[in-house]
Amino acid sequence: MNKKLAWLAVLAAFALIAAACGGDDDVDVSDFRVAIVAPSAANDLAFTQSIVDAVEAMGIEPSISESMFVVDDAGAAIRDYADQGFDLVIAHGSQYGASLQEIAPEFPEVSFAWGTAADTFGLDNVYSYEAASDQGGYVMGVIASHLTQSGNIGVVGPVEVGDAKLYVDGFIAGAAAGGAAATATYTDSFSDVALASETAQAFVASGADVLTGTAQMVVGAVTVADDEGIPWFGTQANQTELATDIVVASQVYHWEVVLEDMIKKIQDGELGGEIYEITLENEGLVIEYNDGYDLSDEIKDAAQEAIDGIIDGSISTGA
Amino acid sequence: MSDLFTQSAMIAIFAGGIRLAVPLLVASLGETYGQRSGVLNLGVDGIMLLGAFGGYYAVLKTESVWFGLLVGVGVGVVMGLLSAVMAVTLKADQGISGIGVFLFGLGMSDLLFSKLVGTPRGIDKFPKLDIPGLSDIPWLGEMVFRHSVVIYLAFAAIPLSMYIINKTTFGMNIRAVGENPEAADSLGVSVTRVRYLTVTIGGTLAGVAGAILAIDLGIFQQNITNARGFIAVALVYFGAWRPLGIMLGSLLYGLVDSLVLQLKVLEIVPGEWSNIAAMTPAIFTILALVVVASRFSPPSALTKPFTRGA
Repeated sequence: MNKKLAWLAVLAAFALIAAACGGDDDVDVSDFRVAIVAPSAANDLAFTQSIVDAVEAMGIEPSISESMFVVDDAGAAIRDYADQGFDLVIAHGSQYGASLQEIAPEFPEVSFAWGTAADTFGLDNVYSYEAASDQGGYVMGVIASHLTQSGNIGVVGPVEVGDAKLYVDGFIAGAAAGGAAATATYTDSFSDVALASETAQAFVASGADVLTGTAQMVVGAVTVADDEGIPWFGTQANQTELATDIVVASQVYHWEVVLEDMIKKIQDGELGGEIYEITLENEGLVIEYNDGYDLSDEIKDAAQEAIDGIIDGSISTGA
Repeated sequence: MSDLFTQSAMIAIFAGGIRLAVPLLVASLGETYGQRSGVLNLGVDGIMLLGAFGGYYAVLKTESVWFGLLVGVGVGVVMGLLSAVMAVTLKADQGISGIGVFLFGLGMSDLLFSKLVGTPRGIDKFPKLDIPGLSDIPWLGEMVFRHSVVIYLAFAAIPLSMYIINKTTFGMNIRAVGENPEAADSLGVSVTRVRYLTVTIGGTLAGVAGAILAIDLGIFQQNITNARGFIAVALVYFGAWRPLGIMLGSLLYGLVDSLVLQLKVLEIVPGEWSNIAAMTPAIFTILALVVVASRFSPPSALTKPFTRGA
């Protein structure tokens, strides 16, 4: 009898663990087909990789049309995926909005997601998603303010729009809160690696001793930081492997936080009409440190304070 | 504004301008050979992209920047020959076939990068060469004499090209074929052979320009040239098909680009003017092209396929 009771106790424990790990809220993604149309390479360590990683983290192997920097080509790809009957077609680029607005009404049975943006065009088969990247930017700025000796920090931006602008603004606010001055320069290009490199070199020449930047062209700036031994802060994806000695931390987008809910709703027949946002609070934005970079506990504590302050509302990023 | 005239800012502007000018200089110098013989190659940007990937990948695998440059040469030779087959042998419309070469280079470099490399990884860069004595000159030394080796080699190609085009029999044949291919042919000059050689030289230098760009940056990214190949073609017109003019045009473009960046970094140009400021190099180029077009004429046979007896 005691033996039976012991087995029952073990079974009950397993049942409790299983319930805690998922239960009714789990999303069944078998047979759920997702297509992604994105402007840069799937492994760009930045914008496109963030959504590909998220879909794969959901256990889904997406069909991807990468490097769609020509909007017309992207539109054709979106239409093609919709025509093939994918359950969710993700147009991962704010520049694809006009195409999606035109295509989505033609495929009322297909769900579309568009980001980063906060507009579903009033269509009930379009979701949109955006990142409060100013929040992670602020935290990075706080950390950077502790690392700079000169008080001069350079920020390499692409075009002054969307989550790139949010990140830059948040970073500058965070650095200012820590008593440092961060200056942003937009290269006005998402793809000009040489210009990003030159911007970083111009910052170094002007005395900057910490650098950051956003979008896929920043790889050019990272190599400058690496050459100069200057700390670098990444965003969108974990950029540690790009320069293991100088990347301090990265703000990583975990779109799966919103994708999970989105897919569940699609499976329940709700194909769109909602705007999602990833934040520090819902853990769609995560600050990932480079273990190879020797960052003091004191600075990590300051970063955690900033995270807590943003979540509880006592700190405003100014965005 | 006073921040702009500090030593560090001026050095950054000039040194950055030279770095930005060199890929343009090399590619447009190569394009000059083809255009002086009557062949326009709009595929320069695509060849640069393939040269950039080839050079980058070779350095990534071998850690030898010189082998990377050599691969850039090889890629350029192959693409130059391919361009010559289309423009000279098949007599394809030079504008359209050039766009085809560009699109091929754009797509293929991206595909190869995705499949062979994936995530961007840094590579070794060209070694810097401080020219003894000259590099210590205040201001000027850091602006001009502390660059990577390939930058000096690129500028050395200017007098070499001036000599080849203006002083050698080969150069005379190039000019003759570009101005009056029928007359050159009647004098026993093989128009086909000359054009094959010039277009291949152009392709080779475009490949080298791409390799220099990627290796000097120490990274590859899709569409890394960002249309610099098209700017290089425009600079040939800007420089009135003369190596010295092309050098001046490339330097002007690079320096204006670098100056605009520095003005933005020093916050002399307000953020809201950033977009307009970014267009400044292109505006300069267009203005200069207008001036050049009114004073110089392109080679008479430019873009015209040659058929004996036609």
